Amino acid sequence: MTETSNLYDMPDERGHFGPYGGLFIAETLIPAVEELDHAYKKYMTDADFMAELDKDFQHYVGRPSPLYHAERWTRELGGAQIYLKREDLNHTGAHKINNTVGQILLAKRMGKTRIIAETGAGQHGVATATVCARLGLECVVYMGAVDVERQKLNVYRMQLLGAKVVAVESGSKTLKDALNEAIRDWVTNVDNTFYIIGTAAGPAPYPAMVRDFQSIIGREAKQQCLAQTGQLPNALVACIGGGSNAIGLFHPFINDADVRMIGVEAAGDGIETGRHAAPLCAGRPGVLHGNRTYLMEDDNGEIIETHSISAGLDYPGVGPEHAWLKDIGRAEYVSITDDEALQGFHALTKMEGIIPALESSHAMAYTLKLAPTMQKDEILIVNLSGRGDKDMHTMAAREGIEI
Amino acid sequence: MSRLAARFVEFKQSGHKALIPFITAGDPSPDFTVPMMHAMVTAGADIIELGVPFSDPMADGPVIQRASERALAHGMSLRRTIEMVVEFRKDDQITPVVLMGYANPIEAMGYEAFAIAAENAGVDGVLTVDLPPEEAQDCAATLKEHHIDQIFLLAPNSNVERIKKMDALGSGFLYYVSVKGITGAGHLDTDDVKRKLVDIRANTQIPVGIGFGIKDAETAKVISGLGDAVVVGSALISKIEANLDVPEQAKQEISDLLNAMRVAMDNKN
Repeated sequence: MTETSNLYDMPDERGHFGPYGGLFIAETLIPAVEELDHAYKKYMTDADFMAELDKDFQHYVGRPSPLYHAERWTRELGGAQIYLKREDLNHTGAHKINNTVGQILLAKRMGKTRIIAETGAGQHGVATATVCARLGLECVVYMGAVDVERQKLNVYRMQLLGAKVVAVESGSKTLKDALNEAIRDWVTNVDNTFYIIGTAAGPAPYPAMVRDFQSIIGREAKQQCLAQTGQLPNALVACIGGGSNAIGLFHPFINDADVRMIGVEAAGDGIETGRHAAPLCAGRPGVLHGNRTYLMEDDNGEIIETHSISAGLDYPGVGPEHAWLKDIGRAEYVSITDDEALQGFHALTKMEGIIPALESSHAMAYTLKLAPTMQKDEILIVNLSGRGDKDMHTMAAREGIEI
Repeated sequence: MSRLAARFVEFKQSGHKALIPFITAGDPSPDFTVPMMHAMVTAGADIIELGVPFSDPMADGPVIQRASERALAHGMSLRRTIEMVVEFRKDDQITPVVLMGYANPIEAMGYEAFAIAAENAGVDGVLTVDLPPEEAQDCAATLKEHHIDQIFLLAPNSNVERIKKMDALGSGFLYYVSVKGITGAGHLDTDDVKRKLVDIRANTQIPVGIGFGIKDAETAKVISGLGDAVVVGSALISKIEANLDVPEQAKQEISDLLNAMRVAMDNKN
């Protein structure tokens, strides 16, 4: 294991990752994020808080999630030993719950009575509605009208859990517009409302806070990998929309310089078509939703519509820490098209009997490319960030099957 | 002294309260904007706030969001908004113009390029909703070099420490957002505004404009008694929205409303 002499320690006091991150929000929200920042810094070093979080991780979420050696798929691809970090086995079926369990504990300690959230695929909305049901808190979830249509099952789940789902009709009617609407709600109801952002983006302290809650993924993976193989992995692969599952896996390995970290963005119809959701691969830095980061925008700085088969990756920005890791060359960012993602989806389903979410299928598709180029004694950890149950309708429609 | 600061000095000496209308550049169509700006001055506007259309206007209510969408559908942009100021300045070198919008179009253009273009066009101030003092140092410094005021927002929950930050970095005027919420929101409580203005006045000499929730002549009069300027936006844009097929009618109704506000604000009884 190689340790870099200058240990990575980001963000700075004001939430900057180099030029990225920061606090680009309207004045009315400043007191709210300052209050949150204070609570976050206080409780992340508070033994009682951390003990309660650990207990919830273990008994409510079902952690640790397994690190599974996909032996058949490994043999089939003939290269690196493939290990899957099974976040799909968490309660509610994805990594999103790690973050909502953490943020709701903070909200409770801060005395907030009303919770709002934005959601794309609906996994974060479900994970938020779930923890709100558990604590009996009012929950409002904003979801783009297009996503409401393509993720009906998750809408129904949220409603069963007692959440009010608001279909957002403005702009492109997807995740970014849901975020805009959640921010408008927050500005209006700032006194009693806690905004549970679902990804490692937004104004400081959200990018660092969400990363810290999601880092349980990487901490466990590191321990499990050492216990099962006696060595660190050679490479990590995770899909990236906002990038919370990826930063959760990557962060505990950042100082292990020999571990490659590869984030997989959604190339949609193909980067060359412009119809994609890959700001790190094909965008440029700008300011949106509270932080400076890579964005998909036109020459005038207007945000452009994104395209991905996966609602959870259909977002024009990305967490600011990924922007920084890209610029300093510590992580690599690649992209996978819709068609390739479907190949990844089928490969894992048939080879290992595990149906991945369409988001995670992007990481699986990159594994199809990467694993055969690696040596048989090398280890590749792929984050299986969510399960595919929610995507059955999308898959069936895509393949011309009526359910 | 900037054109904005100079105007506020004049106003203060004569006891005049400034009326600041807001419209979105290019709404409902690009040819509407410059004639409307002149008509607003005729109707009693002292300063004009010109909204720069943005795809993701997070602090705006539905009325201004839709105005942005209509303008963008006509291919509006920050550059074309600046061109409109150039056009306006051909016939009006006196009325200060403030651009109001979001950070990303300015980031995309680059602070220096933007400041040069805006200065050459005759822009006097820039208000960027999502650029609080924490992130505004570079932008404010660049604008200052080009004689443009960076205008900051103050909110009902801004504490004294924040008012001092705005005082240190801002110039021209400070824009007090009279309600916690988005543009076009209701529930303006004048007693709350009065109390907050005491805090603000105690910590800054910069003139204070008050906006959000000002819909009619009566509110404009009450609010003008509390601050140095009254900002009205959604109420005007609603007139545009109600008359999309007859822009001349919108222009008339906006002029009438501003005129009524002007008369009410000037009537000291």
